[in-house]
Amino acid sequence: MAAGDQLLDIQDLHTGFRIKDEYYDAVDDVSLTLDKNEILAIVGESGCGKSTLATTIMGLHDSKNTRITGEIIYNDLNLIDLNETLYNQIRGNDIGMIFQDPLSALNPLMRVGDQIAEGLTYHTTLNKEQRTERVLELLDQVGIPDPLRISKQFPHELSGGMRQRVIIAIAISCKPPIIIADEPTTALDVTIQAQILDLLKDLQAETQAGIILITHDLGVVAETADRVAVMYAGQIIEQATVQELFENPLHPYTRSLLNSMPQEDAVTDELHVIEGVVPSLTKLPHHGCRFAQRIPWIPAREHETDPILHEVTPGHLVRCTCYKHFHFKDEKGEE
Amino acid sequence: MWKTILRRILLMIPQVIILSVFIFALAKAMPGDPFTGLITPNTDPNRIEELREQSGLNDPWPEQYVNWVKKAATGDFGQSYVKKMPVATVIADKAINTVWLSLLTFVLTYAIALPLGLLAGRYQNSIFDRIVVIYNYVSFAIPPFVLSLVMLWFFGYKLGWFPTSGSGTVGLVQGTFSYAWDKVMHLILPAVTQALLATAVTIQYLRTEVIDAKTQDYVRTARSKGVPEGKVYTRHIFRNASLPVASTLGYEITGLIGGSIFIETIFGYPGMGKLFIDSLVGRDYSVITALVLILGIDTLVGTLLSDIILSIVDPRIRIQ
Repeated sequence: MAAGDQLLDIQDLHTGFRIKDEYYDAVDDVSLTLDKNEILAIVGESGCGKSTLATTIMGLHDSKNTRITGEIIYNDLNLIDLNETLYNQIRGNDIGMIFQDPLSALNPLMRVGDQIAEGLTYHTTLNKEQRTERVLELLDQVGIPDPLRISKQFPHELSGGMRQRVIIAIAISCKPPIIIADEPTTALDVTIQAQILDLLKDLQAETQAGIILITHDLGVVAETADRVAVMYAGQIIEQATVQELFENPLHPYTRSLLNSMPQEDAVTDELHVIEGVVPSLTKLPHHGCRFAQRIPWIPAREHETDPILHEVTPGHLVRCTCYKHFHFKDEKGEE
Repeated sequence: MWKTILRRILLMIPQVIILSVFIFALAKAMPGDPFTGLITPNTDPNRIEELREQSGLNDPWPEQYVNWVKKAATGDFGQSYVKKMPVATVIADKAINTVWLSLLTFVLTYAIALPLGLLAGRYQNSIFDRIVVIYNYVSFAIPPFVLSLVMLWFFGYKLGWFPTSGSGTVGLVQGTFSYAWDKVMHLILPAVTQALLATAVTIQYLRTEVIDAKTQDYVRTARSKGVPEGKVYTRHIFRNASLPVASTLGYEITGLIGGSIFIETIFGYPGMGKLFIDSLVGRDYSVITALVLILGIDTLVGTLLSDIILSIVDPRIRIQ
């Protein structure tokens, strides 16, 4: 891939939240790149830091209670260093964001047309009539029938799927080269989910945008993404192309996740469950493999003391060496 | 929209009827009648009975009720027993005074509460916010009569800046500047006191709502569009935060006519509140009955107005 295709380069990103005068990293040492015309999926369970990563890229954190270090390079600019005024020129214009819950992500007191047009007033030189025209065009583009009528309606008058389409229209209104979709289908039912994912893919084909797709749904990942980064407790623990990840998962966490998916061909009585829960932010171990406490049957000596990402094959990264010795609890180990 | 309003008005009719029956029943249950006070040892009981017969007090009560309603609808509430004047004239006189006082209070209250509440919410935990919160607690905790007396004593007697009672100085010519100025001076002290007491609730509401709205998803959506911070507040946060205040605005507006018994009594201001308490103490039944009916209907109109205002600001309330 040509170097010019790279849109976003995130290096050693840390996002720490202040809890009682101490900062705890919800995103810990994340490095990622996003290319043009690529869908990069970020997967992980609740609380692993994937949404925090998204809001950090958007610069949506309150600077008083958050500490962000590292680099988010876009167009030779480190976004972390930008002040609010400059960041506002990036938000919406260069990076669009699609939110999880279409019920609450729209202002209940504003007509949807006005909400879509709002970004245009700050990022384009279009006049009022041109903006209205563009709004109708966008609504049509996201597959909303009768754009003129819908643009004058309020969010509560639309269905969940329609609202999500409106939110997508807002995100793409200024044709941003980067789109961050934070669980765009989680709040929707399955048929609508598929429609929304298809819409995202169609839009990408049109605009060549790079999309960061945040989800906990491995099915969605398999269907849409090009590359996947798996996050656990604030860190990326494995990163590969979709095909590679599903065919050859390495990290114990990735393997456990895949093993937890219901399989059509192997109907068993019970689904696989990963023991324990993600440790809370204040209780994260500062050293050692963060997944170790959820696979206690793997001896401590198999983990690295300070796990780093190893490039196993080109483009396939995995954290910690414990993957070499991992087996499921009910399986026999090699020893 | 108009249909909704029309339907709400139609719904009010049975409410008004129930209210009037209730008030009529209470008035009938009160001991005595207009002629009880005229009885002296020398009065001929037959004469009293004649008067009662003439004024329809011996009619069956449904008939009396209908007559009362007919008269009340034309603004005839009978004679004040104490003042020997038509009740309507007595009330109209005081109502004008109260409306001026309430209007100034209303303007002052919102002029103070809106900026303080919205800004305290926006700059939560700043020094400004802390001062506003302390102000809130103090004005909420202080008993109304204590503040009123302190204001009266300090600004009225100690500094002598404002008159200490009444609504105007006797002897000034109506329509002149000094007449108007004198009226305003009489208003300021009770209005400021009442406003200071009323701000606490509104400030508290707004502040909490702003703090709550700040964390809403639609605010994050607005920020992610690149909307400047100031506009995020004016277009998204403040509008949503003012909904609960808008919902009470109807009562506030119709409440302008009701007046405050506390404030008007302490400041000796001749308004509706003072009239109410005076009529109660003086057993001026016809005035009390009329006041209760007027204030009751006033409250009903207030709820209607609140509904209309809320349906204007919040599209979710609008009924198709």
